[in-house]
Amino acid sequence: MKDALPLIWRRSKERYRLLGNRCQSCNQAYYPSRKICSKCRRASKLVPEEMPKKGKVISFTQVFSAPEGFENEAPYFLALIELDNGVIILSQIVDSPSERIVIGAPVKMVFRRVFEDGSQGAIAYGFKFKVE
Amino acid sequence: MFNGVGITGYGTYVPRMRIKIEEIARVWGKDGASLSKSLNIKEKTVAAYDEDSCTLAVEAARVACRNVDASKIGAVFVGSESPPYAVKPSSTVVAEALGSTPNMTAADLEFACKAGTAGIQSALAMVACGMIESGLAIGSDTAQGRPNDVLEFSSGSGAGAILVGKEKVIALVEATYSFSTDTPDFWRRSHAEFPKHAGRFTGKPAYFKHVAGAANRLFQELGTKAEDYDYAVFHQPNGQFPLKVGEQLGFEKEKVLPGMVTPLIGNTYSGATMIALCAVLDVAKPGQRILAVSYGSGAGSDAFSLSVTDEIENARQPVPVFEQIKDKEYVDYALYVKHRRKLKSL
Amino acid sequence: MRKVSIVGAGMTRFGEHWETSFRDLIVEAGVKALTDAQMPGQDVQAIFGGCMASSRFIAQEHIGSLIADQVGLKPIPSTRCEAACASGGVALHSGWLAIASGRYDVVVVGGVEKMTEIGTSRAALALGGAGDQEWELFNGASFPSIYALMACRHMHDYGTTEEQMASCAVKNHANAVNNEYAQYRKKITIEQVMNSGYVASPLKLFDCSPLTDGAAAVVLCASEKARKYSDAPVEIFSTSQASGTLSLASRSSFTSIDATRVAARDAFDHARLTPKDVDVAEVHDCFTIAEIMAIEDLGFFKKGEGGKVSEEGRTALNAEISVNTSGGLKACGHPVGATGVKQAVEITWQLRGEAGKRQVNGAEIGLTHNVGGSGGTAVVNLYKRGD
Repeated sequence: MKDALPLIWRRSKERYRLLGNRCQSCNQAYYPSRKICSKCRRASKLVPEEMPKKGKVISFTQVFSAPEGFENEAPYFLALIELDNGVIILSQIVDSPSERIVIGAPVKMVFRRVFEDGSQGAIAYGFKFKVE
Repeated sequence: MFNGVGITGYGTYVPRMRIKIEEIARVWGKDGASLSKSLNIKEKTVAAYDEDSCTLAVEAARVACRNVDASKIGAVFVGSESPPYAVKPSSTVVAEALGSTPNMTAADLEFACKAGTAGIQSALAMVACGMIESGLAIGSDTAQGRPNDVLEFSSGSGAGAILVGKEKVIALVEATYSFSTDTPDFWRRSHAEFPKHAGRFTGKPAYFKHVAGAANRLFQELGTKAEDYDYAVFHQPNGQFPLKVGEQLGFEKEKVLPGMVTPLIGNTYSGATMIALCAVLDVAKPGQRILAVSYGSGAGSDAFSLSVTDEIENARQPVPVFEQIKDKEYVDYALYVKHRRKLKSL
Repeated sequence: MRKVSIVGAGMTRFGEHWETSFRDLIVEAGVKALTDAQMPGQDVQAIFGGCMASSRFIAQEHIGSLIADQVGLKPIPSTRCEAACASGGVALHSGWLAIASGRYDVVVVGGVEKMTEIGTSRAALALGGAGDQEWELFNGASFPSIYALMACRHMHDYGTTEEQMASCAVKNHANAVNNEYAQYRKKITIEQVMNSGYVASPLKLFDCSPLTDGAAAVVLCASEKARKYSDAPVEIFSTSQASGTLSLASRSSFTSIDATRVAARDAFDHARLTPKDVDVAEVHDCFTIAEIMAIEDLGFFKKGEGGKVSEEGRTALNAEISVNTSGGLKACGHPVGATGVKQAVEITWQLRGEAGKRQVNGAEIGLTHNVGGSGGTAVVNLYKRGD
């Protein structure tokens, strides 16, 4: 993602405050936002909507072997999180005692550095979660 | 002075990791117990590898602005001396994270440890003159200290955010006065990684002269004195200076202690006065008065006289500062240098 | 639609090919397949090549042309197919359609990947591209961690254990011992898997398929002309490809791969067969949990029983159903773009009775199952001995 600055910028609102969207035709919420609703397709009416900042863990893993760019943060936790409105997202979990990271654990959004292009390049910020 | 303008919201963020002063002392072969006692700092906060003064600022801002329409915030100021970028504002990141963009102004401020209160003054003036409805000032730092320097034993990480406006004011700003001179007590040159300081010169001619200077000017202008205030908040480079300057100004220790966070989190530089003021707002009762005086090396102090209103009961932050501080995890020096990116080979 | 058969099959040894380039790997596999078919090159009318991430691994695009040129078959059309780890399967599906439609009589389908030219953490980043770059990889999700999230939930919902997952790796290594093309031809124990260290908990190093160089190729021919080239053609009598969501978080299930279930149902319906009819299956075990989910989603076993039946040995060679006789992705190796084609090569050998010590007795019906990413694509094919 080193050279994808416009892409990072374009999505920054969505990453900063969990801005997704919802189809007014069928009431399905999306995060990340979609251009058209997967169910209603051309009949979809999508409007921006902030997702709830709380949810619960539905699966998790501790990553020991990290992809390039994340080596210094390993081992770190990743989880599937079901937000309070039912939308499921994938996020890192930080700042939480490992024994509390379990399926069903309540979590809330925090704001962190998500990716940085070395020490000289741009920093991408966004959401992570922590156990409440 | 401000015709009903005041603080309408506040919030703080304190990183979860802690390192004990004795652990740092162990590495450098110093007497940790006596050092900890002389600084009156037990332990300090350590921001995580993926945190910086910008993420800390966002966290504090999210708490301060949790109940307001973000699009009404016309100005965001982030004061810091540890910005993640030398050029590129953190304030726009905060504004975007809150949802205040794009019809607003934003700026990053720097005045050593008083850049946060400088932001409050700017926001107050802008609201008072009708330029904006509401303005946000944040002081945030992942405070730097060169390894084995005395600053390494005191510099912590944290952020405090103060929202200023005219609606539902929780603490009226009766007045603010500053005291500024050219005094080289502490600095960080461009491109230098850690600040340098002038040792004991940072005391009497610097901290004490300016804090007392601003407070006394405010007393004189307002016709108030120490007895008129229920709380006194002073910048906290360590756990001794604020108690000492409070005593010099005629405050009982009990009025200073409610804001004394540095003994538990270290000196959070631009965040220090802001977090201390927030700690007092966590407990202050309607009708009580607060004196808050910041200090920034270089040097200057901003003094504020605040009067708490009934609205305070509706706007206290969900988790008080001293409760936030209780959630912690101790790290050793090795993890501390990893998280604070002091390992040069990385 | 015309019937389509495999008349030639070949592959390189899978493993670390320090002395061999990408282009030479695919040439070796193609030449072996054509030699196996005893077919002159001029009979080939088109090439479909599966390759996932040559731009990341060797900084080369335009693989279709490269292959046609290097095997000396230009100017025939040559098309690269990309669907992450299902690139080979999609190439096979595409080649099949090209013949079934009547446009061509003979097509060579190849698959290739050269993964060891770059370091492990960069390779991990390249493989992560199989998932959602913007919303998974960007947040630090590696390929193993995506499957680890499925494993964690599978364990939670069905009581699947780490030992049960390990048993898949042990079984696949045992099969690979008898496969001269396999990357790891040595037996391992449950204990070795359990002690191999977490990559992304609960998945350990020996739950994961390796980084592999290799290529595989099959020669497809209209069945009506197959006897011209082969005494034992193998008919691909049903092929189905399905799509799922790229990102794991958007799925309706985390313990099952929808694309696999849809493709399998479609393939079996089309063939008028049931999973019980399959004797030998090459399934997509990029991780041990993937094999457990595969044997459930393909209908061989009930949902949730995959771990238990693996531990009981019911998927071992010549047991209830022989799964991954080649050693699977785990032990035979997983050069991602080649895997889907290699699976067809193994089934061809099994149905011809040429699999040696790993031969499934009386194998009549074979199945291959190839997955892209964590389930964004799945291809399921059914094979039988040709008329």
